[in-house]
Amino acid sequence: MTPGTPRLVLATSPFLKRAVDTPTIMRHVIYSLVPALLAAAYFFGVSAILLVLASVAGCVLTEWVIRSRPPLAQSSIADGSAILTGVLLALTLPPGMPLWMGFLGGVFAIGFGKLLFGGLGHNVFNPSLVGRAFLQACFPVAITTWAAPHGLEHFFTVHQSTLAFPFAIPVPDAVTTATPLAKMKFDAAPTAVRDLFIGTRAGSLGETSSMMILLGGAYLAYRRFLNWRIPVGMLAGAFIVGQMLHMTNPARYADGLFHMLSGGMMLGAVFMATDPVTSPVTPLGAWIFAVLCGALVVVIRLFSGLPEGVMYAILLMNGFTPLIDRWTQPRTYGTGKRRNHG
Amino acid sequence: MIGLRHGKSFRHGVHPETFKELTAEREIERMPFPDELVLHLRQHLGAPSRPVVRPGDRVFRGQLLAEAGGFVSVPLHASATGRVKAIEKRRHPAGNMSEAIVIEVDHASAQALYEDAPRPWETPTREELVREIQAGGFVGLGGAAFPTHVKLTVPEGKQVEWVLINGAECEPYLTTDHRIMLENVDSIILGIRVIMKVLGAKKSFIGIEINKMNAIRALADALPPDLNCTMVPLQTKYPQGAEKMLITAVLSREVPSGKLPIDAHVVVQNVGTVAGMGDYFRYGQPLIERVVTVTGPGIRRPSTLLIPLGTSLHDILEHCGGVTERTNQILFGGPMMGAAQYHLDVPILKGTSGILCLTDAQVAVRKEYACIRCSSCLDACPVFLNPSQLGSLARVGMYAEMQGLHLMDCMECGSCSYVCPSNIPLVQRFRVAKAILREEEAREKEKQKAEAAAKVAVS
Repeated sequence: MTPGTPRLVLATSPFLKRAVDTPTIMRHVIYSLVPALLAAAYFFGVSAILLVLASVAGCVLTEWVIRSRPPLAQSSIADGSAILTGVLLALTLPPGMPLWMGFLGGVFAIGFGKLLFGGLGHNVFNPSLVGRAFLQACFPVAITTWAAPHGLEHFFTVHQSTLAFPFAIPVPDAVTTATPLAKMKFDAAPTAVRDLFIGTRAGSLGETSSMMILLGGAYLAYRRFLNWRIPVGMLAGAFIVGQMLHMTNPARYADGLFHMLSGGMMLGAVFMATDPVTSPVTPLGAWIFAVLCGALVVVIRLFSGLPEGVMYAILLMNGFTPLIDRWTQPRTYGTGKRRNHG
Repeated sequence: MIGLRHGKSFRHGVHPETFKELTAEREIERMPFPDELVLHLRQHLGAPSRPVVRPGDRVFRGQLLAEAGGFVSVPLHASATGRVKAIEKRRHPAGNMSEAIVIEVDHASAQALYEDAPRPWETPTREELVREIQAGGFVGLGGAAFPTHVKLTVPEGKQVEWVLINGAECEPYLTTDHRIMLENVDSIILGIRVIMKVLGAKKSFIGIEINKMNAIRALADALPPDLNCTMVPLQTKYPQGAEKMLITAVLSREVPSGKLPIDAHVVVQNVGTVAGMGDYFRYGQPLIERVVTVTGPGIRRPSTLLIPLGTSLHDILEHCGGVTERTNQILFGGPMMGAAQYHLDVPILKGTSGILCLTDAQVAVRKEYACIRCSSCLDACPVFLNPSQLGSLARVGMYAEMQGLHLMDCMECGSCSYVCPSNIPLVQRFRVAKAILREEEAREKEKQKAEAAAKVAVS
């Protein structure tokens, strides 16, 4: 048996490659959002599902249109990042949000939040939150109109506002209610921890059930697709600052636990602040970024005109990410005195 | 043994599948002599060897063919008895044509060694032993092929406290050192004695990854108490066998940036090299053959072979039953740091630790995505660089900035490229960047020299 003459392919080492690639990571992040999506469907019914679809459609369509011609001509739907942005954006919107607004938010998130910077990996700010910030600026009423959660018995009840015609004034929904944060801020009325954890409270689609978000986050951390330092640091930052302020004036400020569990804190800590593109790559940088995110949320919640601050806190810290990375470069092997005692 | 279950290690690194089961149980088998041997004068780092024979000369197995071309160089010996057919340019595994001594093997010869006698190591002085080791043609057999005697020369004002014997063999697929550690224990022990004497070292360690438990046990049991050598089981992790990583794992210290292990009072020697030196002092056999793992999904009969230096890749593959139809990449060395070969006509060198045949299933071209800053590469880099940022800088050619981020400390282990989910050829770009920076530096020096010369001329 002779070896024959195989056609040899030339390349440089390494010749082995880990099986995980970027689309795999995106896919797993989307899987990890399934618990939160199920909670959204359970509490807010078919309106929630439609809103997710509208937002994803806005994102994917925009990605496809802009990517189909120069200067960014390169198909990128398959990397899954546009779908992910759409799902994440929808999870930050109130359940009765008109679909056309969700769609528009998706268009803006991808077009302005991501592709304007050069596409995946190049954006400075979290695209989903850019989309949400845009919607908050344009439709302040719609984005703060909270439908109360219901159970499966009303699953097929579509909110009237959901199907509102573009640029028509949305019909105010029959059953609206205040979020725990608004109740706390304006009425100093606390919400039971149990409701905050399970999700039986008013809020955005995917933010109400801390439990389901943590479930998804735990899966990602287990698969090592998530930098665990960021959720831990952000929640810790919020808890510490919240608890400290609570101790100065318990009647006026909610405690640390409330801050950890209410509003978009959990969704932000697990799925928004952890966006690798817009958060620091260095371990120390991740800690700094995360703790400051958490602290900022509490500061915005308590000292600004808004009841909630997760979105602006993360967007603000996104802006600091390059600076944090620069200041926290890892110590190169063989430099510095930390471990050399010879 | 403490730490036997988990083993010592360094921070970061990667865990590729090892694929060592293909050859781990294959005993070392002596490959028959081929018809022709191509002995390149560039077998090692440093100056090439200088031929001392002429075409037509009859040479004996183990006879000197070429002398060292300087201090950082070693001589070359005939790996078989035969006739010098030519001294001409032949294909070199590095990818170019290079001067080589071609020997036509005399199949009628008994292939006895030219000088077949043990060499004393207890009476000669340290300097004499260094010269002796250089005369044996020894270079690092782990792959780098750096002349051994240079590493064993302690510069003025420096001293060596520890000797580390590197049996980590962290490259996937390769089981060369594994088999040597199982089958040549006595030579390893003698080699350690010689090295410790030459360096004046007080203590030595053998580091072996715990995926080779039988080798750990065999060697640990055989180590004589007077040798002052300790077995250190290591975690199975790439690049555990890199000098710096081994030093960190065993001694919990770092080699200062830009310095050599000797600056941390350590010398590391590959266990195969140590065994070869043991053979040299036991039987008088210089470095004329080496153990090579021939493996991979593409080879029909994976083997551990003892091969005469200069044997062609073609002959070796044929001896192992040939390659499958799907084979389309053949490497010298392991899959993490080895080099792809372009022709079956290339001979093995002193530094060829393995021959790896990969098929189209492994050689698929993967789509490159944008960096999503996932920080996998930072968590993998054993020298704690920021490959993500270095990669972005390399893409736009900002080499000076890369140097500021310690690019020159990169040892090109490839862990970053291995983990990158976006399939960015990080280490490949770093190699280019380093080469360009070195060139620039050389040009700068040249310019300064010329200016200095001009000044002298004017005055």
